[in-house]
Amino acid sequence: MFVQQLVNGLMLGGAYALVAIGYTLIFGVLNLLHLAHGEVFMVGAYVGLALALAGFSPWATLAGAMLAAAVLGVVVERVAFRPVRNRGSHVTPLMTTIAVGLVLQHGVVKIFGAEPVAFPAPFASASLDLGPVTLTTLQLLILGTSVALMALLELFLRATPAGMAIRATAENPTVAGLMGINVSLAIVLTFAIASALAGAAGVLLAWNFTALSPFFGVRVGLKGLAIMLLGGLGNVTGAMVGGLIVGVVEVLSVAYLASSYRDAFAFAVMILILLVRPTGLLGARLQSG
Amino acid sequence: MLSDHAVSILIFAGIDIIMALSFFLPASAGQLSAGQGGFMALGAYTSAYLSVHHQAPFPLALAAGGLVGGLVGLVVGFPALRLRGLYLVLVTFGFGEMVRVLFLSAPAFGGPAGFAGIPPTTTIWYVLGLVLVLVYFFARLSRSRMGRAFAALRDDEAAAEAMGVNSTYVKLAAFAAGGVIAGLGGGLYAHYTLFIDPEAFGVGRSLFVMLYAVFGGLASFWGSVVGAAILSVLPELLRWVKDWREILYGLLVLLMMLVRPQGLLDPTLLARISARGERAAARG
Repeated sequence: MFVQQLVNGLMLGGAYALVAIGYTLIFGVLNLLHLAHGEVFMVGAYVGLALALAGFSPWATLAGAMLAAAVLGVVVERVAFRPVRNRGSHVTPLMTTIAVGLVLQHGVVKIFGAEPVAFPAPFASASLDLGPVTLTTLQLLILGTSVALMALLELFLRATPAGMAIRATAENPTVAGLMGINVSLAIVLTFAIASALAGAAGVLLAWNFTALSPFFGVRVGLKGLAIMLLGGLGNVTGAMVGGLIVGVVEVLSVAYLASSYRDAFAFAVMILILLVRPTGLLGARLQSG
Repeated sequence: MLSDHAVSILIFAGIDIIMALSFFLPASAGQLSAGQGGFMALGAYTSAYLSVHHQAPFPLALAAGGLVGGLVGLVVGFPALRLRGLYLVLVTFGFGEMVRVLFLSAPAFGGPAGFAGIPPTTTIWYVLGLVLVLVYFFARLSRSRMGRAFAALRDDEAAAEAMGVNSTYVKLAAFAAGGVIAGLGGGLYAHYTLFIDPEAFGVGRSLFVMLYAVFGGLASFWGSVVGAAILSVLPELLRWVKDWREILYGLLVLLMMLVRPQGLLDPTLLARISARGERAAARG
């Protein structure tokens, strides 16, 4: 029972981590919060829904959602971040992204309706009995995809020139620019990657919950924020670990306490850890925001 | 005199102004709170509970709501001492969320079904009265020792401390006072809508409160008043676009923040207004 819940939690946590990584990448590079990221995630899931209903294969659905979310993310950067980057205070982008989120959310309501809709299962799932744990093939697919995407991201950030450009920009945009890195391009690339991961998480979580609503992005987006804080702002590995922790805590709290607490636990864990370690689990320096 | 509909728009605008000011107060000391909806919930539930179950007179119930908001503000202020900027925004986010879940899982307060049967004691006069009191308070505050300490802390914490500002005390005071104002706003809200549920005070509420203040501009408390007034009446003005309303609202807010990233009443505009006022005073 306990091991089973642990596995379920890891699966959920993997998808949460993908959302949180997006927040943390953007925060790392810009030192700003992207409050429409949850909406980008939700739009990605809806694009996945449209593709799945049109009869595309699960992989095409996933890829399509990632692509659409990436494009949307770049548009958000253009519209809500770039114009106010060097003007206004650090709360201004909070406001522009809330506004963009509002537009996206109600745009989806306009197209798909405000009611939750069923998300078709990607394939007839079989269950695998592994001693104390029963896994479905769908769960394996969700967990495998999130782990694979995270591994790819690590590889990209560590081993490719573009990944290094992003890390350098996160370290210090001015110096990175002096070293010949195209900082604007690195920022656009960061938004594209962060948003693509959110789009993937949207489809994965929609597979998991088998339903979708235009307000799905708010809840998951908030959880992503909590996870980013938990792991340390701008810390990709921290977001991965934090995502898994929050996923497991959430599933365990539903199993052993009450389901109405599930959303509070992410924040309770976050606040507890922050009181002990204000820079997050793996954070090194105190951000002055 | 005024139609019921107009009165209800005014009352909601007034409550939004009160909430925006509750965000502005800690913000003027550099403490950004994204959890004002949580304080509002505490005030709303406290006062509603006292009115319904203890038949408390309305002013007493309101005051109790404000008191609870203030005390919790003090408690939230403590961890906030260790956190700055966006960290603080996120932790207060978390606080708001936890308050919501707390009321969601408290049967004494109706849980997810909400809390009904609140007496309709909020009138336009209570709301206007509180707004006027707050405007007077903020006008005095900005010229007081405490108000200057807030501004000093917001501009440069290290310098403020070096000049003898007790940052711990000032930050806690700012948070607690913001909590009191939000608690009062919550009480007025509960006794006007007559029914409250935890969803009314969620993240959406906190973010909109923040939006009102930032939209108006954080340079002066007038920004919060003007921002909240405009943005809470705007949906009424956009009725004709029907179900495009939210989308248009979002686009208008976005456009305005892009044109004036410091908010409607930014420092330049304020300087111009006050310069004109001084010239007029010199002439007069």
